[in-house]
Amino acid sequence: MLSPEEIRARLDRLLPRVEKPGRYVGGEFNSVIKDWERVAIRVALIFPDIYDVGVSNVGLKILYDQVNQRQDALAERAYAPWFDMEALLREHRIPLYSLETKHPLSCFDLLGFSLPYETLYTNVLNILDLAGIPLRSAERGESDPIVIGGGHATTNPEPVNEFFDAFVIGEGEEAIHDVISAMLAARAEGASREGLLRRLASIAGVYVPSLYRVHYLSDDTIERVEPVVPYAPSLITKRIVPVLPPPPTDFLVPNIDIVHNRVSVEIMRGCTRGCRFCQAGMITRPVRERSVAEIVDAAEQAINATGFEELALLSLSSSDYSRIDELVDAVSERFQGRKLTISLPSLRIESVSVDLMEKLKEHRSAGFTLAPEAATERMRRIINKFIPDEQILDTTREIYRRGWKTIKLYFMIGHPSETLEDVRAIANLCKRVLAEGRAVLGWKAHLHAGVSTFVPKPQTPFQWVSCDTRERILQKQALLKREFRTDKNIKLSWTDPADTLLEAWLSRGDRRLAAVIHSAWQKGARFDAWHEGFKASVWREAFAEHDLDPYFYTHRQRRTDEVFPWEHITAAVRKNFLFQDFRASLEGEIRVDCRLNCFACGILPTFASMRRDHPGEVWKCPEVRSPARGSMSLTPAHELPLAVHSE
Amino acid sequence: MRIRITFARQGDLRFTGNLDLQKLWERGARRAGLPLAYSQGFHPQPKISLASALPLGFASRAEVVDMRLAEILPTDTLPARLNDALPSGLRVLHVESVEDGAPALQTELEAAEYEVTIDRADLPTDFETLVEQTLRLETIPRERRGRPYNLRPLILDLRTVPQKSANQAASEPKGPHLWMRLAAREAATGRPEEVLAAIGLGDASFRIERTALVFTWGRIPK
Repeated sequence: MLSPEEIRARLDRLLPRVEKPGRYVGGEFNSVIKDWERVAIRVALIFPDIYDVGVSNVGLKILYDQVNQRQDALAERAYAPWFDMEALLREHRIPLYSLETKHPLSCFDLLGFSLPYETLYTNVLNILDLAGIPLRSAERGESDPIVIGGGHATTNPEPVNEFFDAFVIGEGEEAIHDVISAMLAARAEGASREGLLRRLASIAGVYVPSLYRVHYLSDDTIERVEPVVPYAPSLITKRIVPVLPPPPTDFLVPNIDIVHNRVSVEIMRGCTRGCRFCQAGMITRPVRERSVAEIVDAAEQAINATGFEELALLSLSSSDYSRIDELVDAVSERFQGRKLTISLPSLRIESVSVDLMEKLKEHRSAGFTLAPEAATERMRRIINKFIPDEQILDTTREIYRRGWKTIKLYFMIGHPSETLEDVRAIANLCKRVLAEGRAVLGWKAHLHAGVSTFVPKPQTPFQWVSCDTRERILQKQALLKREFRTDKNIKLSWTDPADTLLEAWLSRGDRRLAAVIHSAWQKGARFDAWHEGFKASVWREAFAEHDLDPYFYTHRQRRTDEVFPWEHITAAVRKNFLFQDFRASLEGEIRVDCRLNCFACGILPTFASMRRDHPGEVWKCPEVRSPARGSMSLTPAHELPLAVHSE
Repeated sequence: MRIRITFARQGDLRFTGNLDLQKLWERGARRAGLPLAYSQGFHPQPKISLASALPLGFASRAEVVDMRLAEILPTDTLPARLNDALPSGLRVLHVESVEDGAPALQTELEAAEYEVTIDRADLPTDFETLVEQTLRLETIPRERRGRPYNLRPLILDLRTVPQKSANQAASEPKGPHLWMRLAAREAATGRPEEVLAAIGLGDASFRIERTALVFTWGRIPK
């Protein structure tokens, strides 16, 4: 095993030979270097994509702070090396190392992988391999680090179950401390790796996949998933924090240009809109807001601590932040006269949004982005994102009128029951919007239509539906390309169907996909989210090798009584609620913002005692006033004080 | 107000490109609370200009950057203030104020000096002879980006550095092994790795540190 000094010496010689060597050296302002010898637990936080993408990830930054604030632990970082660097690391037998102290990853006690999207899976394998750590949990020994994954993709961790010792489901701010405590306790009692896994399995929200067995039916669907040891829970419920902790402010300032050179402040977590295609909206409930003062102070502190030129106020739906006017006023006042771009993404399509952006005009960026997602009334009812055409036209007219020259509209094709007419309507709507712009700006008006392809995600009301086939997607995209060909001021972007289908089977797969992912990696798959990396043929071969059919995972309408591979994992939104919502979708029935009417999704009964302890405006769910009962303090939905609909 | 900052660039910062370094100064100045002056126009940019690009992988103890501020500040506290706000690979050595109308740094640069340390395994026994032979050449034809040029006139001085191996009996001589002064005018810039290639060390492993910049008005460091 190379020492950090030996690694440094080899890097000195090799780095001038790679593209952007600044990716591989660390040394960023605000990075934290602790004394390796003086802590008990060493954690490597890994974003399994390239540095340029990973370094600004807020989730890992939160964990980096949480761990480094402890006296007894340190956190360092690693990212996936690009192809050129991987080749040099392999050629010169340099193990993948942490940026802070250049220790090989295998020297750490815990590797924490962020898994925000599924197309990172092959990079996880590649990173473990470059670190010289056995890929499969079952092959790791007492001296190997514990490998844990977290992030949105873990709503269905089954396709990568073999490669992780454990997953943290849900929010990690508190869970990371529980994991470290378990490691300290296991070490104190001299426990084996098995003993540590046992301790991890007893932490709320932690899923240790090796402690479960999957039974299949003859049609290859799942009969049931059961724990094989008594201490593993039969249902793993995601973790949440009752109140959002203070946001990070001392963001890492990279020494090279990256994708997002900015400060991000999360203004709220969760979303009450209930768009049926949106996994984030379903799995990040309940809505918890930060106060205006906390946001503005944190933003200022972060801008001062980083010197960044951009501030992003992040949430799934900025317009729904209950004091959005007050926030925008406070931000524009606080940063008046400072050269700062402020972005406020995910605004509702209404004229109020234009007023909000207008207030930030000193700080504004070039384009204005809105996401109608669908272009016919029927489709909008199905996906539960209802905006009348007139409202879209009024809003976009106002945007052009106030001087924005480019509007970007996001749509999705492939929603359930979508016809070619629904797709054609996207083109027609775009043309009508641009006509509004022409009336004001003439030929200076531009429109960018971003049309992605829907993937039915686990733990959403659409988890039962099938994904469009490649032929169908191509047909819809061809229609759009044809429709837009005549107008040079409309730019169309779309997703390659191969990318969509990869995402579909990786997110909807079962445990048997682990072998496919492993084979695909062996055949060279990595950076699947990148044009440079993804090769559809490699995946086709990998499926064939294990006698599995991608069709089974992506294009099959799932039975209403089907047991999903992810059914033993829950984001606390109950399957029954999701099914009712799916049925409502088929009826074209809209469900309003759940702040106006609680639909009893399951969050409140699951976290009743937490809500009871944290009453008031912090949560957007109804309050729980009934007394706690028993140790679990569960309150059935029908006993909640506010009106509860459905079921 | 225009300030002139002399700084060293070491360690991890050797792998940051020149455009990125510009951004680094911009953010560092903001963190230090310096009132940067911006250009006019639709996309105001801070007025920061580096004397000379440093190739990726090179260290330097003699870099210079000019920066315009919107207010007049005493310069004596600036090094400490900036050093607190800069990543560890950048180190401010000296700050002075210069006249607003002074010519741009790049136009006044004449030469740069470098020290080269060659990996022991790649150090030829007849190293000194090779250097002497190179110096005796009247022309050294080289090619850069497909265009032929003569390297020889760009080499203003080139010397081997005697090794104090007696004191370092236990460890190998650490170098530097070579010292050179190369032209660094806008249209005529000598590159140290080209000189090494001319000596016959193109494939060797080496480390290069820039030790001085020579301007029309004097040297840095002084």
